[in-house]
Amino acid sequence: MKKQLFALLFALLPITAFAAGGASVPHSMDPDLSNKESLQNGMKLYVNYCMGCHSMEHQRFARSAEDIGIPQDLVEENLIFSPDLAFNDQMQIAMHGGDGESWFGVAPPDLSLMSRLRGTDYIYSYLLGFYRDPSQPLGVNNTVLAASAMPNVLEPLQGVQEMVCAETDQPVAGQSPDPLSGKYQSCDVLKVTQPGAMEPDEFEEAIYDLTNFLAYAGEPSKLQAQALAPKVLIFIIIFGVIAYFLKREYWRDVH
Amino acid sequence: MANPNKAKAESGIMRWVDDRFPATQMMQDHLTKYYAPKNFNFLYLFGVLALLVLINQILTGVWLTMSYNPSAEGAFASIEYIMRDVEWGWLIRYMHTTGASAFFVVIYMHMFRALMYGSYKAPRELVWIFGMTIYLALMAEAFMGYLLPWGQMSYWGAQVIISLFSAIPGIGPDLAQWVRGDYLISGITLNRFFALHVVALPIVILALVVLHIIALHEVGSNNPDGVDIKQKKDETGKPLDGIAFHPYYTVKDLVGIAIFLFVFCIVVFYFPEGGGYFIEKPNFEPANPLVTPDHIAPVWYFTPFYAILRAITFSLFGLDAKFLGVLFMGGAIAILFVLPWLDRSPVRSMRYKGWISKVMLALFCISFVILGVLGVLPSTEGRTLLAQACTAMYFAFFLLMPIYTRLEKTKPVPERVTG
Repeated sequence: MKKQLFALLFALLPITAFAAGGASVPHSMDPDLSNKESLQNGMKLYVNYCMGCHSMEHQRFARSAEDIGIPQDLVEENLIFSPDLAFNDQMQIAMHGGDGESWFGVAPPDLSLMSRLRGTDYIYSYLLGFYRDPSQPLGVNNTVLAASAMPNVLEPLQGVQEMVCAETDQPVAGQSPDPLSGKYQSCDVLKVTQPGAMEPDEFEEAIYDLTNFLAYAGEPSKLQAQALAPKVLIFIIIFGVIAYFLKREYWRDVH
Repeated sequence: MANPNKAKAESGIMRWVDDRFPATQMMQDHLTKYYAPKNFNFLYLFGVLALLVLINQILTGVWLTMSYNPSAEGAFASIEYIMRDVEWGWLIRYMHTTGASAFFVVIYMHMFRALMYGSYKAPRELVWIFGMTIYLALMAEAFMGYLLPWGQMSYWGAQVIISLFSAIPGIGPDLAQWVRGDYLISGITLNRFFALHVVALPIVILALVVLHIIALHEVGSNNPDGVDIKQKKDETGKPLDGIAFHPYYTVKDLVGIAIFLFVFCIVVFYFPEGGGYFIEKPNFEPANPLVTPDHIAPVWYFTPFYAILRAITFSLFGLDAKFLGVLFMGGAIAILFVLPWLDRSPVRSMRYKGWISKVMLALFCISFVILGVLGVLPSTEGRTLLAQACTAMYFAFFLLMPIYTRLEKTKPVPERVTG
């Protein structure tokens, strides 16, 4: 019977990759919800750079602040810009319903659940994937979402990124690596050609923090779940052990 | 007319109750003097686990209903409200979503056990039929519940399934519209599914569970040997191979419940999305009737039947492929109802059946799992071929059963249970 169960498990393994879903993206990131500093920086970046257009309508300022450790007065002074919004309100935007659609062609989506819908790898890669492309209406394109309607709002931080021909560590289809350097030649390499306010490393870190915050906001209960789980599981183990000895005692007279 | 021979407590409050309600008698009939075979193995746990999950679903469901808003405008947001703003709402909801999948896991194991040991055979035909009806009601319950979060997969999954009604010749399109209550799935559909999910179907399921258990306790439990323990009784009328359900199986089940809860809680706390199978990713986006998701897959517990539906790519006898697919899918479930009359073997348990039965059951289980996997994946030519082969195997298991169970040589069944 055990063998059958294992066989069933193995038969199901290949589809887990499918369920995780989506096309592959160039970068991956592991959210770290215990890194409060990163989450705080992420929220700061989100409110300052994203929340002009992207609401987070299911999440409240107060909940975020409490979970990631930002005092109420700091939030009220620095992170709530609209006079209509209070600390306990949801993270709404000032933009009206149809505005986004008429300005960008599509309404900027609400980001409360984006990390669970697309995954954090996608968001992280998307935010690192903007490059100059004069053929696009807003002058930028994106490697993850081609012809994305979003302007590159982070350009002042990142600088101007362009797609250039260069050597790369990433394998290129149909090409063997250079025997000496082990590198590949590609014309799909993203390179910062005019510096922004941040160094490339700094910028990647900032994007990590921002993505990390979105990961938190997608499922704030995860922090509670992780705190509660060990207690519940230990209780069940103790319960199970007692139940086992009880069973053994009762079954002594079954022959 | 009260039966004077009913068991009653000697005195006290219990006696007062017993004079008015057969509490002690019922306790004895169903627990302390209900004798179950002593040789149950772990496969016999899943009935109790199904009951546990049912209670979990009802309790968490009641609490979810307190904060859920069954309208097209408010449903999606109310789920996130439960997840974020309601105290312990996330835990209640994850227990409910994980419970739905756990329900099918334990029910499939429970049904597998019945196939293994011939628990559907006389005199337990009605136990099996009530059980199958529970399974059918459970599928309806799960399907309607899945629409309630009003996410993209909720919406489009329901769209696909309801459109199956429209494949019925003649009345189809009108029938589908009648089920939806609208020209497309809308808030009207959501409201009626909510009513059915939280009121009508739970009542049906609970009533059927009572019938299932009463029927079982009337004829007594089967066991891995398929031996009838009532044949050999001691002088007091207690079966020699039977032990009282309480306390022996209640304490044993507690251990099983602990193991089950341990696994269940790991999923609830650490993997509530179940790798995208318990909560599908597109469901994190509100339902949008104008945008179809790239790939629509039903929840995992329906995928074997969905694969059978898609496997029928040909027309036959003037019936078009889609309707034929619906017939096969319906037939795959309907045929289970007549299983007790398909099995002509003189023995119940797989332990004493011949090798053909064993091979057929193994092939059936493998086909069912493969169909389940195929139902998740987008179809290709090769996969359709494989699905067709597995569908043929699925039906062969049942349709050939009257032949192979009669032909094969069975082993002698012992007088008493073994081990």
